[in-house]
Amino acid sequence: MSEVIIKTVNLNVHFGKQHILKNINLEIYKNEILGIIGPANSGKTTFLRALNRLNYLFKDYYQEGEIFFAQKNIKDINDNLLRKKIGIIFALPQVLPITIYENVAYGPKIHGIKDKDTLDSIVEKALRKAYLWEEVKDRLHTLATKLSGGQQQRLCIARTLAVEPEVILYDEPCSGLDPISTQKIEEAMRELKNNYTQILVTNNTKQAARATERCAFMLMGELVEIDRTAIIFTSPKDKRTDEYVRGVFG
Amino acid sequence: MNLARIRERIAFTILGLSTLFVILPIFAIVFYIVKNAIGAISWNFILDIPRHGMREGGIYPAIVGTICLVLGTILFSLPLGIMSAIYLVEYANDNFFTKLVKVSIVNLSGIPSIVYGLFGMALFVIFLKLGTSILSGCLTLSIMSLPLIITATKEALEAVPFSFREISLSLGATKWQTIRYCVLPYALPGILTGTVLSLSRAAGETAPILFTVAAFYLPRLPRSIFDQVMALPYHLYVISTQIPNMPLRLSFATAFVLIVLVFLMNLVNVILRIQFRKKKQW
Repeated sequence: MSEVIIKTVNLNVHFGKQHILKNINLEIYKNEILGIIGPANSGKTTFLRALNRLNYLFKDYYQEGEIFFAQKNIKDINDNLLRKKIGIIFALPQVLPITIYENVAYGPKIHGIKDKDTLDSIVEKALRKAYLWEEVKDRLHTLATKLSGGQQQRLCIARTLAVEPEVILYDEPCSGLDPISTQKIEEAMRELKNNYTQILVTNNTKQAARATERCAFMLMGELVEIDRTAIIFTSPKDKRTDEYVRGVFG
Repeated sequence: MNLARIRERIAFTILGLSTLFVILPIFAIVFYIVKNAIGAISWNFILDIPRHGMREGGIYPAIVGTICLVLGTILFSLPLGIMSAIYLVEYANDNFFTKLVKVSIVNLSGIPSIVYGLFGMALFVIFLKLGTSILSGCLTLSIMSLPLIITATKEALEAVPFSFREISLSLGATKWQTIRYCVLPYALPGILTGTVLSLSRAAGETAPILFTVAAFYLPRLPRSIFDQVMALPYHLYVISTQIPNMPLRLSFATAFVLIVLVFLMNLVNVILRIQFRKKKQW
């Protein structure tokens, strides 16, 4: 496969006395869609948030091991630069209580873009990529909180795209959405595949089977198995993976 | 009617009566003051200096004095209070020392105002040699207002959802950008309310200005921040207790003007809050 963009080496994560992630060694390739599946409390979200150091917002967080992004240890990258490169979509649609336009323009403005025309075109491009432009182009200056849940989540994707990341992390992005909205988000992900590396954490094994190319199975903070999605879902090596994807537990 | 309904009725009645008991005295006071003041209120009363041993004329210098004191207090206490609240909420480590500071600030708002007055006299008037002046008065009032402003700002900042900070940081904003663009705008209405409340209190206090700025009788406008001024609450105290044969209606009229001043400040606050709420909703 192509070049490695993110690599974790012996990643161990603790919250207080809880050992959340145990010795995770994982390589993520450029422009792939990697799924991470596993039952609740297996450390999927924590792993995702470790990649752009968002876990450090929590007080009792403690991390060992190394994470590399584009061959560079993320410890040596400024947090704000790292998060610009590695964007995240949260589980619940989190829009700011400002207009649709302002939500998307927030990131670029933070990174120093002031010119109105430039901002306009960034906003339009991002909304188009997130499959939302047609639905909101006539009401860009209305409150984003008035949008439906599915639209809000696509707005979040547009907001992340607007700062031109290289990697997009999705933390169960469809957990609160209806099937149609879910489908639209998966469509957007497929469309983004050519230019972005995407990591999708999901509780929904069917979604992982549909939308990802490679898939990792996590259980109780351990990385049990990682392989091509087709293999994970048809002939996994580990018995636990097999039981999980067949729906025996979880 | 069944028992549950009867109980509900009784509960509602008690709650309603409590509210009535709270607002009744307020209305009584305002009504009493307005009724007694209405005859004495005129443009002349508001725009003239006190004459004939303050038994005639107006209260213009006192109004200007109080406005000066409030503006000066805003100047010192608002930036200082908001900035320290931001530090305490967003930056300070959550350790024993920080907790101690927070508890101290809450306790400071319970200190009697006369203590602030004496402290202000000792520190500003005497030790720092600022004299009995607007500057000393504003600084003293600022110290008194700070705990309330800090507490209100702290609560307003803490009321902004954590997810707003998370969104902003996840887009690559620095901590300061996050506070500036994603937290402060949403905390502003709460900050304003706390500020206006504490300033209303500052405008109406007598004790802190007693030894630091207030003049017994000074029928002219201040020329610099080192001047003394008359102030409404102190003037009210003086004409109510220190001047024999004082026409009562002038005291009521002075009280009325003070109340209107405080009311206007609160009105500005309400209008600003409505403006903010129109713009931001969550």
